[in-house]
Amino acid sequence: MAENDPVVTADEGQRGVSRRNFIKGVIAAGAAVSTTSYLFRGGSILGQPSLPGAVERLVTLNVNGQQRRVDVMKQETLAMTLRYKLGLTGTKLGCDRSECGACTVLIDDVPHYSCSILTHSVRGRKVVTIEGLASPTGQLHPVQQAVVDAQGFQCAFCMPGFVMATVGYLKTNPNPTRPELAHGISGNLCRCQDYNKILDAMMLAAEYTRRSSRA
Amino acid sequence: MAVIRDVMPAFELFQPANVEEALSLLNRYKSDAWVMAGGLDSFDWLKDRIKRPKVVVDLVGVKELEGVRASGDGLEIGAMTTLTDLVRHPLVREKFGMLLEAAEAAASPQIRNQGTIGGNVSQDTRCWYYRDGWECYRAGGNICYADTPTAMNREHAIFDADRCVAVNPSDTAPALIALDAKMVIRSTSGEQIVDAEHYFIGPGIDITRMTVLKPGDLLVAIRIPGTWAGSQFYFEKVRDRKVWDFPLVNVASVMKTSGGTIQDLRLALNGVAAHPVRLRAVEAAVRGKPRNEQTAEMAGLMAIEGAKPLRHNGYKLPLVRNLVKRAIRGVEGSWTS
Ligand SMILES: Cc1cc2nc3c(=O)[nH]c(=O)nc-3n(C[C@H](O)[C@H](O)[C@H](O)COP(=O)(O)OP(=O)(O)OC[C@H]3O[C@@H](n4cnc5c(N)ncnc54)[C@H](O)[C@@H]3O)c2cc1C
Ligand code: SF4
Ligand code: FES
Ligand code: FES
Repeated sequence: MAENDPVVTADEGQRGVSRRNFIKGVIAAGAAVSTTSYLFRGGSILGQPSLPGAVERLVTLNVNGQQRRVDVMKQETLAMTLRYKLGLTGTKLGCDRSECGACTVLIDDVPHYSCSILTHSVRGRKVVTIEGLASPTGQLHPVQQAVVDAQGFQCAFCMPGFVMATVGYLKTNPNPTRPELAHGISGNLCRCQDYNKILDAMMLAAEYTRRSSRA
Repeated sequence: MAVIRDVMPAFELFQPANVEEALSLLNRYKSDAWVMAGGLDSFDWLKDRIKRPKVVVDLVGVKELEGVRASGDGLEIGAMTTLTDLVRHPLVREKFGMLLEAAEAAASPQIRNQGTIGGNVSQDTRCWYYRDGWECYRAGGNICYADTPTAMNREHAIFDADRCVAVNPSDTAPALIALDAKMVIRSTSGEQIVDAEHYFIGPGIDITRMTVLKPGDLLVAIRIPGTWAGSQFYFEKVRDRKVWDFPLVNVASVMKTSGGTIQDLRLALNGVAAHPVRLRAVEAAVRGKPRNEQTAEMAGLMAIEGAKPLRHNGYKLPLVRNLVKRAIRGVEGSWTS
């Protein structure tokens, strides 16, 4: 692991190595990938102020209205954290390259591809996944209800992403025309490919959402 | 091809709170550091293990770089302004509608919600040989895989190739050049202002970079002077599908006319060379001419003079010719929303 240590550069030389050995002695080998964060915190122990903007591994995330404490690597994407650390597998990974939309979640009410944002970048922001849409009593969100009523999906792998994209888009345009909605949720692909049926369902979703906000 | 693997290889991450902190980190780590704005270009490189920076300086917390402000009779756009915020901004709509069209034509809604204008103009080329990690000229090797007899080069350059035949993929770049935007660049040694036209560089200047930015530099803002506010704009992007796809060719022009005569104009293309191309000769030739079919025809023909198509991208010649023709003649843009 030491050779791959991303931060200790040549000019830090011998001191870096001894620090690293010191740390290694203290923490379990399983955490080796992220020894650097310990190094930075260790920096102050060794009398060096840590650099501005250094991040801690343990973070608190606001996910679906809950504060979740989680151990996050520097290079970890939100989709990985949601699925593999928080157990929220409703968020799908289709491409991991911003090219399909299956991983769409809301961050501060705006749709983002969770495969393409660092978990560390959403600290202090409000993350909502497909699991967070229904009310605590189990009542479906109007967009979910519309999908149940109109169907429109086949295998439905793409569905959570489409639902999140639609929920987010409707917040900016509650009364879209069909072409406007199509453009608004055009960042989501469906392999089974009945976009017309999906749009039918989401136009109904827009109507349900308007109705429920009036109620 | 994109392959889903486990998480990216480790890097040290910094999320500075302001420009000063960001610059000091960039100065400290120099070429070991990677600037991350929205990350939408960056992640591909990191996930595919093609670029392995030791340190990532993520600008997500640098709030002073976000937002659009009036500046004299023009605008100043913070580098971290998302494409969506740009598209929604009333001043952009009122003064420079073309920039809105260009930004809205890029990528997909989720990408625009996170991708920044600074990242859009600083993104790397999409040449797939290079992005797949082949040791081509741009990657420091000594061959261009896109310019061999069997190469797939439908998307590549028709102008100004110099060993590398890659193109600049940005949709906002030609609009900014047409609007005579100025790029404000800062480093620990000071501030530098570069015309948008000269922000982008070709392989003849440096084959490994797309812009003038050097390690340690940060693009902080883009200033658009009031000169062309509310003039006649034309933007059109041709792509294979309406969402996600990069331009095969796009065109942007600003024009002032009086009594049917073209008083002044600026015209730029992208998707045709490693840098967006300003068509200065065409501009000079049509200035003072009537804005009609004949002038448009001449402009279209002039625009492709000197073009050198590769095996699979000859279609870009009629495409450029017709797009320039339409920009000069002026018909409705192809943007739909
Ligand atoms: C699937 C897909 C489709 C796309 N389609 C299009 C399209 O059709 N048209 C189009 O124009 N774009 C398209 N893009 C590109 C997208 O618009 C850009 O990736 C996005 O705007 C870049 O912004 P970002 O902030 O995410 O960039 P980042 O990935 O954060 O940055 C891109 C590059 O610029 C550098 N950089 C960013 N900001 C600064 C700064 N302030 N100072 C110095 N350097 C900086 C980074 O170091 C990096 O090298 C597409 C991207 C994807 C993934
Ligand atoms: S076009 Fe440029 S980037 Fe692509 S293979 Fe050739 S040298 Fe590399
Ligand atoms: S998995 Fe994120 S866009 Fe495909
Ligand atoms: S329903 Fe199968 S991918 Fe959309």
